[in-house]
Amino acid sequence: MSEVVEASRATALAAPAHGSIRSGRLGALVQRESVFSWLMLTPPVLFLLAFLGYPFFYGVYLSFFRREVAGSASFVGLGNFVILGNDPIFWQAVRNTVLFTAVATVLKASGGLGMALVMNQSFRMKALTRASLLLPFIVPTVLSTVAWQWILDPGMGLFNRLLVVSGLAKTGPSWLGTPTMAMISIIMVNTWRGLPFFGISILAGLQTIPVELHESATIDGASTWGRFRYVTLPALLPVIFIVTTFSIILTFFDFQLVYVLTGGGPANSTHLMATYAYSLSMGAGQMGLGSAVALSMVPVLGLLLVLLTLYVRKD
Amino acid sequence: MVGELTWRRRLVGLWVPLVAFYVVALFPFTWMAATSLKTNAELYDPKAMPLTIRHPSLVHYIDLLRETNFLIWIANTMLVAVVATGISLLLGTMLAYPLARMRFRGAPLLAITVAVTYLVPQSLLFVPMADLIGRLKLGNTLSAVMLTYPTLLVPFIAWLLMGYFKTVPKELEEQALIDGASRWRAMTRVILPLCMPGFISAGIFAFTLAQNEFLYALLFLSRSSVRTVPIGVVGELIRGDAFYWGQLMAGALLGSVPVALIYSFFVKYYVAGLTAGAVKG
Repeated sequence: MSEVVEASRATALAAPAHGSIRSGRLGALVQRESVFSWLMLTPPVLFLLAFLGYPFFYGVYLSFFRREVAGSASFVGLGNFVILGNDPIFWQAVRNTVLFTAVATVLKASGGLGMALVMNQSFRMKALTRASLLLPFIVPTVLSTVAWQWILDPGMGLFNRLLVVSGLAKTGPSWLGTPTMAMISIIMVNTWRGLPFFGISILAGLQTIPVELHESATIDGASTWGRFRYVTLPALLPVIFIVTTFSIILTFFDFQLVYVLTGGGPANSTHLMATYAYSLSMGAGQMGLGSAVALSMVPVLGLLLVLLTLYVRKD
Repeated sequence: MVGELTWRRRLVGLWVPLVAFYVVALFPFTWMAATSLKTNAELYDPKAMPLTIRHPSLVHYIDLLRETNFLIWIANTMLVAVVATGISLLLGTMLAYPLARMRFRGAPLLAITVAVTYLVPQSLLFVPMADLIGRLKLGNTLSAVMLTYPTLLVPFIAWLLMGYFKTVPKELEEQALIDGASRWRAMTRVILPLCMPGFISAGIFAFTLAQNEFLYALLFLSRSSVRTVPIGVVGELIRGDAFYWGQLMAGALLGSVPVALIYSFFVKYYVAGLTAGAVKG
């Protein structure tokens, strides 16, 4: 570190002493931590207020109006939420979203844990393997989802072709054509994409566990399972908790996968809250109603954020 | 005997699951590539083996480049990703630096706000955002996404950079100040250069996120000449019920290549950025 200190001193000394030339009252003021901080902070804070804060509150405002894309707005109070409360498709989208999020998260977390445990052993070309296994997560979601649409194509798609060629079935199932199969399919594709995120994050967590812990547990006579249960798992819990919370947020608010793969069909059986909000506001042009659907996701987000904050505080 | 046992153990505990993970992760890309390289006659022949190619052909790639605006979409995507990443790195640094290294009133509240905004999903904001972009008369311009992508990227970048900025000892800055440097100079000449890995991580991450973005591009860019790759492929290569699978897969593959290339060069930084939150937090 001392070399770095010396190097930095050298540059600072070599620099023409700006500070002392500008040593007027203004210059001194700028050197105060709080003034300097707020001078730096003002542009990004203003930007975020304008493009995040304002849209959020404008969305709340919109949800109290009946407003078609072109027409003028009329105040309806909580009317939009009453309409949604009586809208069976809205409730179906809520149920779909909960089911989709719950199943996909469990699959991703358990599969990711498995991937991390496998990857945590020593073998050749580990770095390359890790990089390849992460590919589903980094390739643009929409593009890989289009590939999945083709894999799941009932006639010429890969899955059904393999089923037919191998003689397992005369004709394969209609992967996206029936409500149950469509839900299974979107969960499968979401899991395929998100599992490596769990795997690589948990692997990073595994690598922070000191080897000595395992060694002393072995000396104390712990079995492989015992070491996993009493050494590995407790050490991993913080990582798993945080990654799972992140993933729940991403999955609960997912849009593009369903938009591309099923468009919410068949018969609304795969509509998520985000795709329903989109189809109401952009498809049917009802901005107020669409905003109301989006806003009804806020309590879930709030709850998750509170959980996350409490957990991080505890540590 | 012992050797055989460990060999068996390694087969079941390592090689079999590893190959399974490998196959599951990568077969869709193989399928993409195989599809894009077949002629339509072979592609839709029910008797042909699905994963082998008898007569490789570049016809779908040629058609893709000739008949669609694919190259324009690639150029748009790159331009948008570079500009959005640049803006986001600048604003993210301005946000993270004081939060990580200075004491001032409101700092804890602001830090929490940044963390919360990082986790606010797009699907919550797109309805009012579409309205806002419409009123700013930015519909069908690349500026619309260049302005809105940083809202997704700045909180994340700030959060990631804060971790890096905190690791530089305070004494370095104090020493520079004693030696007569201004706070600005101490920051730009002493602290920030030491955080290069953080900037690379944040930059790579932001760049790939900007290339992948779909929802805002779908809302704001409906004219073909301003589209990005994801929205161009979904919007124009899927024509009604008739799918042009060969061209679609060629487009999906070509669209993934830039991201995959950048990723492969900077894999270490990408993984560092990905796991920073979960492991350090």
